[in-house]
Amino acid sequence: MANSHQSHDDSSHGSFKSYMVGFVLSIILTAIPFGLVMFPTISKVATLWIVLIFAVVQVLVHLVYFLHLDRSAAQRNNVIAFAFATLVILLLVGLSVWIMFSIHTFMMAK
Amino acid sequence: MSNLVFEGAKGHDHGHDHEHDHGHHDAGEMKIYGFWIYLMTDCILFASIFAIYAVLVNNVAGGPSGHDIFELPYVLGETACLLLSSITYGFAMLAMHKGNKSGVLGWLFVTFLFGLGFIGMEINEFHLLISEGYGPNRSGFLSAFFTLVGTHGVHVTSGLIWMAIMMYQVSKNGLTSTNQTRLSMLSLFWHFLDVVWICVFTVVYLMGTI
Amino acid sequence: MFGKLSLDAIPFHEPIVMITIAMIAIGGAAVFGLITYFKKWTYLWTEWLTSVDHKKIGVMYIIIAMVMLLRGFADAIMMRSQLALATEGSPGYLPPEHYDQIFTAHGVIMIIFMAMPFFTGLMNIVLPLQIGARDVAFPFLNSLSLYLLISGVVLVNVSLGVGEFARTGWVAYPPLSELGYSPGVGVDYYIWALQLSGLGTTLTGVNFLVTVLKMRTPGMKLMDMPIFTWTCTWANVLIVASFPILTGTLAFLTLDRYLDFHIFTNELGGNPMMYVNLFWAWGHPEVYILILPAFGVFSEVISTFTGKRLFGHHSMIYASGAISILGFMVWLHHFFTMGSGASVNAFFGLATMLISIPTGVKLFNWLFTIYQGRLRFTAPVCWTLGFMVTFSIGGMTGVLLAIPGADFVLHNSLFVIAHFHNVIIGGAVFGYIAGFAFWFPKAFGFKLNEKWGKAAFWFWISGFYVAFMPLYALGFMGMTRRLNTTDNPDWTPYLHVAFWGAALIMVGIACQLIQIYVSIRDREQNRDLTGDPWNGHTLEWSTSSPPPFYNFAELPKANEIDAFYAAKRDGEAYSVPAKYSDIHMPNNTATGLVMGALLTVFGFAMIWHIFWLAGVSLVGTIVYFVIHAARDDQGYMVPASEVARIEGEQHKILASVRNAQANTPVNKLEQA
Repeated sequence: MANSHQSHDDSSHGSFKSYMVGFVLSIILTAIPFGLVMFPTISKVATLWIVLIFAVVQVLVHLVYFLHLDRSAAQRNNVIAFAFATLVILLLVGLSVWIMFSIHTFMMAK
Repeated sequence: MSNLVFEGAKGHDHGHDHEHDHGHHDAGEMKIYGFWIYLMTDCILFASIFAIYAVLVNNVAGGPSGHDIFELPYVLGETACLLLSSITYGFAMLAMHKGNKSGVLGWLFVTFLFGLGFIGMEINEFHLLISEGYGPNRSGFLSAFFTLVGTHGVHVTSGLIWMAIMMYQVSKNGLTSTNQTRLSMLSLFWHFLDVVWICVFTVVYLMGTI
Repeated sequence: MFGKLSLDAIPFHEPIVMITIAMIAIGGAAVFGLITYFKKWTYLWTEWLTSVDHKKIGVMYIIIAMVMLLRGFADAIMMRSQLALATEGSPGYLPPEHYDQIFTAHGVIMIIFMAMPFFTGLMNIVLPLQIGARDVAFPFLNSLSLYLLISGVVLVNVSLGVGEFARTGWVAYPPLSELGYSPGVGVDYYIWALQLSGLGTTLTGVNFLVTVLKMRTPGMKLMDMPIFTWTCTWANVLIVASFPILTGTLAFLTLDRYLDFHIFTNELGGNPMMYVNLFWAWGHPEVYILILPAFGVFSEVISTFTGKRLFGHHSMIYASGAISILGFMVWLHHFFTMGSGASVNAFFGLATMLISIPTGVKLFNWLFTIYQGRLRFTAPVCWTLGFMVTFSIGGMTGVLLAIPGADFVLHNSLFVIAHFHNVIIGGAVFGYIAGFAFWFPKAFGFKLNEKWGKAAFWFWISGFYVAFMPLYALGFMGMTRRLNTTDNPDWTPYLHVAFWGAALIMVGIACQLIQIYVSIRDREQNRDLTGDPWNGHTLEWSTSSPPPFYNFAELPKANEIDAFYAAKRDGEAYSVPAKYSDIHMPNNTATGLVMGALLTVFGFAMIWHIFWLAGVSLVGTIVYFVIHAARDDQGYMVPASEVARIEGEQHKILASVRNAQANTPVNKLEQA
């Protein structure tokens, strides 16, 4: 017997349309960076920026269309947890890179 | 689970206990939220591996750099496998919400194949590198590469094992509320792995080739 | 077949170790023998080992913490006596290879296997009761976490008799911890003990965060929760954010040691300093994980024994939050001298000093709570007052160390040792002992003996000062840490004094053991019949002592801070509900124990390179878990009649207590 009514299910689920939108956006956001790197067209710096920005956008696309994060009350706890994890990650990776790069500069490691 | 007060035969007494009519849904919702928090810890684990990679990426010790060993068309193929597997899992979840058991099993199987394809391609890539002498023990850069990509691969493999178990459980017991909760958790896991892959192909393969 | 394992692993040639092993074996055999003689194996299995009751799990955590306190303290006494003897060129009685294992084990045991389980145990017993819940969110996971801790404990203790422990210090920096300089099994024992217990801790963090967010009794807003619950919550936030970093870091070291990776090696492009960086990115949040719940204990103790509501409930929550967030931005202060330069050092030094501000807010809140109150000088209050003075000193030396210029002189000296023992003992240890005394009646139904409790306190605090103040001086005089002999005659008198401090603490610990014995012996005279021995403010005191296994027959009403105080004030405490309902409870399970046992085998096998056994035990663990999950145990229902019977018995006791206190209500509300 399928327990199929989901009126109280807090992890909201998408629809066929939303999954397809997410899918198509992901394809575009993947193809362009790969294309720019495989067939260098613009400057390296510009390519780097586009690659990075498109990655961030595609992550957000996945979060919204596949992981169903949104501004609803049901998703709020999840969004807060994710935002906090993001903060920790930014601190961890950002400060670590700053520290290790500084050590490299001052200690002249090979 | 034990915070729920199940009424005896006398009927409801709402009082201040307004959660009891939500029954098992609340337990499932709690599990899914707990799993989400676990996924956040997994994110932070991956962040520490990315940090390692950032520090070691230029430590090639006279060996090859990313530019020398990465083949982007191949990686695009791996990415396609994973992205397709994400969408097919999405279809499995849509089927689950409609109570369509055979739809769930079918889409899970397709997802499994795409995931297996991804892992197969990755094992092949690792095998080629190691046989050329470019294994993780060659340099700090290669250690970091194998650790980052390998940890992601181990996660995907774990997901595949879990998926196989779920296919068995769903075929045996149907779309029980427990199975649905677990399929939801696997869904989060599977999509999260695709999110990590976006960061991997960007930071490792694309930035390593620019 | 047996990897690196052979009979050579047993240190027959080290008499001190062999005698210790013999004592442990005899003691263990005695315990086993007693359990068998009193035919308690079935009781032990069904009521404790397979329990998923958070109250029982909490007790087991604390028992482990106390046993490990003894082992860690034995290490401390050995170090102090060695240093007192080995002055001015004399070698003492401990060879360096042994001494190095002792200070490593001391750190690992005290932090990971004493302090962490102690706080986890208190949180387990108290937190669900404080939020009016019947259990934690994931009872099975709770049991598993306990057994993962036990895995780590077993491995650390086995290392004493089979093989060796790490000689690297509790931080295990490469390249010393890499295969080149540590080819033996010691570092591997360290790695696997920490990985297994660390996984348990991470699961506990997830479990209690979900519990607090989803299982509060209806009406209790987050900001209304008791402060102990809040500080534990912040600690759990830190756990889920920081422990993955430790998992990763230890895994990287494992890959280096087992598969010849070059992440932290000196050769072929590894970067050892990245280990230091990542280790402390975990390590600093870890010490805040240790201290925050202790701060919570002090808040509960102070407000209860002054009879006043805690001053600044909301600012306490925000201050703890600020400490937590800032705690993620300061870790470089553990390695100012590693060469990252002035800008980096300045940023982290400043951030470190900033943490003293929210900490100060908390201290002043406690003082303002006491002000114009009527403080009852019970043992928990003694520990709290001792904490306030001691921790303040330790905090101040921390701010001093936060100045990079000062740290360049003091890094790795005994000044640092004195500082962190100052805050850990004065803060965490005093806090957990206070919590133990405070909630002991709740867990066991009778109070601890006050006299022995106070004696323990006075010996501990005097012992602490006598042991550690000389270390501040020695740090200024240039003595570094982890020395096993000294040759500077100026240092000798201080080392002698420090030894006597340790001896005083030993007497304090003896007082605690005597206290437990005396309290059990005299338990009938010290029964806590009402469940509210201290006139408490929060919901745990509304239950019987010990609480029924389901905690609350009816989920309590909580509309404001200090919900039980409010209920007593409004005359609503101990009301008998119109009717009882069936209660849904989880079943006991042996799965946590079995998985823990298999993972212990896995860890041991990995340590000794018995890879076939490692594979079998890992697969076995996963298979056992899948079978458990497939069973999909939905628990059982406690019939309303059974609930009514249990509640009825407690209400009879309450009524007889009321009658015994002729005409005066059970709980006089003491107004400030």
